[in-house]
Amino acid sequence: MAPITFLEAIRQAMFEEMAADPRVVLIGEDVGVYGGAFKTSEGLLEQFGWERVIDTPISESAIIGAACGMSYLGLRPIAELQFIDFIACCFNQLTNFVAKGHYLWDAPAPMVVRGPAGGGVHGGPFHSLSPEMYFLHTPGFKIVYPSTPYDAKGLLKASIRDNNPVLFFEHKFLYRRIKEEIPPGDYTVPLGKAIVRREGKHLTLLSYAAMMHTSLEAADALGKEGIEVEVIDLRMLIPLDEETILGSVRKTNKCLVVHEDTKTGGIAGEIAAILSEKAFHDLDGPLVRVASLDTPVPYAPTLEEAFLPNAQKIFTAAKALARF
Amino acid sequence: MPASDSRVNTPRLSRQQYLDLYYYMRLNREVEETMTRLFRQNKIVGGLYSSLGQEAISVGTAYALEKRDWLAPMIRNIGALLVKGVPPRDIFTQHMAKYTSPTKGKDGTSHFGDLENLHIISPISMLGDLIPVLTGVAMAGRYLGQKIVAMTWIGDGGSSTGVFHEGLNLAASQKAALVVVLENNLWAYSTPVGRQVPLENLADRAKAYGIQSYIVDGNDVVAVYSTAKEAVERARSGGGPILIEAKTFRRRGHAQHDPAEYVPPAQRAYWEKRDPIALYEKFLTEEKILDPKGKKETDEQLTALLEKEREFAENSPMPPPELAGEGVYCTGPACHDLQPKWERPIDELLPPKSCVEPVWTVEGFGHGKGATGRDAPIHFGDTQAKPVASVKVSSGTSAVSVKKGAKKKSARGRVRQ
Repeated sequence: MAPITFLEAIRQAMFEEMAADPRVVLIGEDVGVYGGAFKTSEGLLEQFGWERVIDTPISESAIIGAACGMSYLGLRPIAELQFIDFIACCFNQLTNFVAKGHYLWDAPAPMVVRGPAGGGVHGGPFHSLSPEMYFLHTPGFKIVYPSTPYDAKGLLKASIRDNNPVLFFEHKFLYRRIKEEIPPGDYTVPLGKAIVRREGKHLTLLSYAAMMHTSLEAADALGKEGIEVEVIDLRMLIPLDEETILGSVRKTNKCLVVHEDTKTGGIAGEIAAILSEKAFHDLDGPLVRVASLDTPVPYAPTLEEAFLPNAQKIFTAAKALARF
Repeated sequence: MPASDSRVNTPRLSRQQYLDLYYYMRLNREVEETMTRLFRQNKIVGGLYSSLGQEAISVGTAYALEKRDWLAPMIRNIGALLVKGVPPRDIFTQHMAKYTSPTKGKDGTSHFGDLENLHIISPISMLGDLIPVLTGVAMAGRYLGQKIVAMTWIGDGGSSTGVFHEGLNLAASQKAALVVVLENNLWAYSTPVGRQVPLENLADRAKAYGIQSYIVDGNDVVAVYSTAKEAVERARSGGGPILIEAKTFRRRGHAQHDPAEYVPPAQRAYWEKRDPIALYEKFLTEEKILDPKGKKETDEQLTALLEKEREFAENSPMPPPELAGEGVYCTGPACHDLQPKWERPIDELLPPKSCVEPVWTVEGFGHGKGATGRDAPIHFGDTQAKPVASVKVSSGTSAVSVKKGAKKKSARGRVRQ
């Protein structure tokens, strides 16, 4: 098999699920004729027709609401948001309607909300968002944020088959930049499991999405200095794989969290709290965060570069922590 | 008040249908009166929102639905839930936050649903959100081959939310079998409709989506039912979404705590004389459908039923504290095994077939004033310009004189592949 891009992995996951299960439909802006703004749904309309690939008006709340209504009749809609920044437009529909249904009135909403997220592509303040933490604070969602084509395909398939609303964030920086050989045919990656990307004994580095690759780059450089970093890809923020995180930290006794989301209120703070509660005596140093600045995502390349974490920042922070 | 002109336009109902409407309106009111007493006894945990004087709308519209159809109520649509088959005990236990309530005490009021049997979707307090959800229900129903209609309600206040417009526009563009009942009760909490919306008829909002609308006297249950019946069948037969404006008045405050002193006394007095149940009793008596004996029987039937249902609710326990931490997620097929009810061959939906035409577009691109001040026809480019002489659509007549609803022509739509 030839290696495929992250984008193609997403497309294949949707294609295969729709071909196998008529309950699966795709709804969103420009997903049909145009095949999606990033071409993630290219060819789906031709294969599955207007009933299953639904172009909508520019109405994010209506997209989410309609997908939710469809799920109540047993369908498994995939709702695409053209850029994930626009998830703010349907915040109420998601947080008050979709997320609370199962808890309040026993109504599962098996739907996936997916879209391109993240920065590093000079998209500016309204096309670069990392919105995951708004929803981490809303009980009811599962939150997936993969970093490889293999995971993107397997996790998206698992998300479509899950009975809960899943927010599936796709880092647009990865769409065409990374390729991977994936096995032919159907497979899924189970929801809620982190994965060790690189083994090490001196410190644990937790990350996800595009920063996963930046972290691995930094880990290579640290390895050359004799610092063996254990790099863990969280893959999902809800459920968070505490077992893998705690297992690694108990081994290395130090933890660094790297995320592209802004620092204050990012997942690193939550992980710090978990470690403080459950692994306090295993820690030989403070939990260290490498994250974006607490600002909107700026447009100019020089500013965005300063805003985002990079391998150098991770290297410096990890080295200091290793020596702590 | 089925006055003579409305009866001309209204199909005769069967004796049983007339009596059903009466029974459900009475049940609606008595359920709420029972709850008012419970509220005063401090047995209702949260707020209590009254639909006093609006019963004809909840009952008349929901009575037009079939068992297979779906609905999602607002807070003042307990009558619609009763018509759909919800037992009064569910309403009582919901308000009293009891473990035996449909939500086991996790939510109150009319906030509960039943996907499996009654086809009810729970509302949330944020108004308008139900409209896209019910649009999705209608779209899924069509996709599954079911001939269902989805109905929901919105107030004069809620019709100003963004999602009301997003939802109706999506429904229109999808030609979804959706009926939205706009209950114009003149007040959004303390703000009168005239200070919320610069329109005499809120049904005019339908024009923006090119959909059919009706205006009906919301205190006339036969008119409400007849209008809703026509709307439901029109939607079911592929006519697209429909907006019904039912004009009425909120007789109590926003909730029990609100004495509604901002309502002008003359307005209140006027509407209290138009009580929908009293008007309907008069009509039924004149038509010799109801006599004092029949009324007494209904009274006794309701008293006995509600006594039993209230006792059940009062004797029910509060939920156990450990329930608070349960149920955020569906844990898989053992929790819910979600299977759609297909009423069409599934292979129609697998490649390469697809048979429903989903896109409803308008034919023309209209006219605009050119630099010379003359009307300039414009067209899409791939379509012809329409003739300049356009049909002026009247916005109907004023509220209370309209009995059976002023039907309005929608913009002509067409379906294209």
